[in-house]
Amino acid sequence: MTAEQLTRPVLEIDVNNHPGVMSHVVGLFSRRAYNVEGIICVPVGSGETSRIWLQINEDERLEQIVKQVEKLEDVLVVRRHDAGHPAFAGLERYAG
Amino acid sequence: MHASSNTAAHGEAEWLTGAELTVRLLERQGVRVLSGIPGGAILPFYDALSASTEIHHVLARHEQGAGFIAQGMARTTGQAAVCLASSGPGATNLLTAIADAKLDSIPLVAITGQVPQSMIGTDAFQEVDTYGLSVPITKHNFLVDSAEALLEVIPRAFSLALSGRPGPVLVDIPKDVQLQRIAVSRWPEPGCAQAAPAPDADKIAQAAQMINQAKRPILYLGGGVVHSGASEAAVTLAEQASLPTTMTLMALGAMPVDHPLSLGMLGMHGAPYTNLALEECDLLIAVGARFDDRATGKVAAFCPNAAIIHIDIDPSELDKIKTAHIGIAGDVGAVLAQLLPQVQATLREDWNQRVAQLKAERPLQLPGLDDPRSHYGLVQAVADALDDSAFVATDVGQHQMWVAQAYPLRRPRQWLTSGGLGTMGFGLPTAIGAALANPERTVVCFSGDGSILMNIQEFATLAEAGLNVKVVLMNNASLGLVHQQQELFYGERIFASRFIAQPDFLQIARGFRIAELDLDAAADPRAALKQALNAPGPCLIHASIDVKEKVYPMVPPGAANKEMIGG
Ligand SMILES: Cc1ncc(C[n+]2csc(CCOP(=O)(O)OP(=O)(O)O)c2C)c(N)n1
Repeated sequence: MTAEQLTRPVLEIDVNNHPGVMSHVVGLFSRRAYNVEGIICVPVGSGETSRIWLQINEDERLEQIVKQVEKLEDVLVVRRHDAGHPAFAGLERYAG
Repeated sequence: MHASSNTAAHGEAEWLTGAELTVRLLERQGVRVLSGIPGGAILPFYDALSASTEIHHVLARHEQGAGFIAQGMARTTGQAAVCLASSGPGATNLLTAIADAKLDSIPLVAITGQVPQSMIGTDAFQEVDTYGLSVPITKHNFLVDSAEALLEVIPRAFSLALSGRPGPVLVDIPKDVQLQRIAVSRWPEPGCAQAAPAPDADKIAQAAQMINQAKRPILYLGGGVVHSGASEAAVTLAEQASLPTTMTLMALGAMPVDHPLSLGMLGMHGAPYTNLALEECDLLIAVGARFDDRATGKVAAFCPNAAIIHIDIDPSELDKIKTAHIGIAGDVGAVLAQLLPQVQATLREDWNQRVAQLKAERPLQLPGLDDPRSHYGLVQAVADALDDSAFVATDVGQHQMWVAQAYPLRRPRQWLTSGGLGTMGFGLPTAIGAALANPERTVVCFSGDGSILMNIQEFATLAEAGLNVKVVLMNNASLGLVHQQQELFYGERIFASRFIAQPDFLQIARGFRIAELDLDAAADPRAALKQALNAPGPCLIHASIDVKEKVYPMVPPGAANKEMIGG
């Protein structure tokens, strides 16, 4: 990953953990033709919830899509990291 | 509700199947009528439903019909209504009605049967990924994995459908979950609308100040006003501040058309003076409206000189299309209640005079309004034969726009039309649903010869239920609105919009055992209409319409509203 890629905005999203939740979140982006560059998802604590990091491109639609993500019933919190997030840096070596 | 009523009689647990407890939950929810079609994967539920003495099931003839029947109930009452379908094709047939409810923010709870959990993912008979298919067209959806979970999911489905911005919720229940038997000792509270967060008082104060200082404000009402039950408050605001008021297609009826401040509908088929007044306004107060492209025309040119106050219960609508100077998230009824005492009573004579001048110069032209054999005249003659208690449903096409322009709509929830999705086939089943929820009223459904064929099977449902639904079929032997676009924008290359074979709709009505009236042959069409519309039971009223008639004015797709043609 280039330095530029690593400073792409990242949305950190806490969600209820069940089989449909990924399609709810990711579907929102694909429906709006908004490309998701990177995804990480891990269960949190006992596994009742998960945390998703979405690496995306800066775009004037970002504000709107964050509001749409916040509306999803299974989304608990959305945090925006406009200058990237270290979660993706460590993955560099797997994506040679 | 009293706490003890949540506990089963004598404190003993009842052993119930998932299907039985779902029926019980619907009963507790207050559902008295629902519509659907059975099939293998939902038969346990239907079996349990057959034992209910409280819920009346209306057998639709196509699942899309069931979905729109539920919409007719929901749109006229504001309550969440239920439709049912089996797995596979049953579920896929429901999708259009669900998508329609999503775009018009209608509270629906769709319950679908699914193949047993052990077979999910095996391409089993009549297995489709109903959950996956419904993600983008529902507010939320559930695939239920246990009978126990139903106790939480069903009330939540209702609560979600009704809370905030209303919308459809789908609950997919695998057959084994319907059959699973569990002990139920406590019942959950029925799901109801959760109160929206309180709006920002500072922003409301700023909005009031902007209204008080504006010279040429316009109030722009959307469907959210109707959903919120805020029509009266909106009219009060308009009157207090002397605000000329326009409505979207979805808001028609929120302010009576003949109210002196009403500008009628804006946008693609709005009155010329309405769109021209919007050009001149210095403040646009959008209430429960979403700046839909059919209302705004080319967005950059919409209300070019106006500051914008935008009030909506859905925060994601604020700044979505147009950046608001003041965006207020909240239930529009609650916001208006707080706004009203801060808005000065003014007469605003100059601006209202200017609007009156525009109206005199560029009114909405409704040629032939006195002639019941013409399109506008027929709409007027139907209205003349009915009172304001009647509901008015439409299908989609030219007839829909003619009715929107000419029918004197005077109360919220009177008007039932597919705004966002624009679904042909909406009219008849929605009218049936409206009549089921309001059996003492008359429901008139204006349709076209294209649209009526898209759900014509529901005449069988209608005949069976014997409801007061009158279908006024405006027959131009064409897909009229497509024909119009081809004439105006595609070099008159008429293609695939004329029907060569024309069914005999009167004979079709007879085939369904529904009364019919041939208006073309009636010596006195007004008298015949009055008689047909006021006789109890269903009726098909057939009228020929000249395919050359157009919906004017029309803003060409993509153009600014001031570039409207015709009218
Ligand atoms: C399900 C569906 N398919 C296609 C369209 C596109 N469409 C919009 S209006 C129209 C013609 C409608 O014809 P008709 O019902 O006869 O009404 P008219 O315009 O003649 O009054 C069509 C095909 C649609 N809105 N809905």
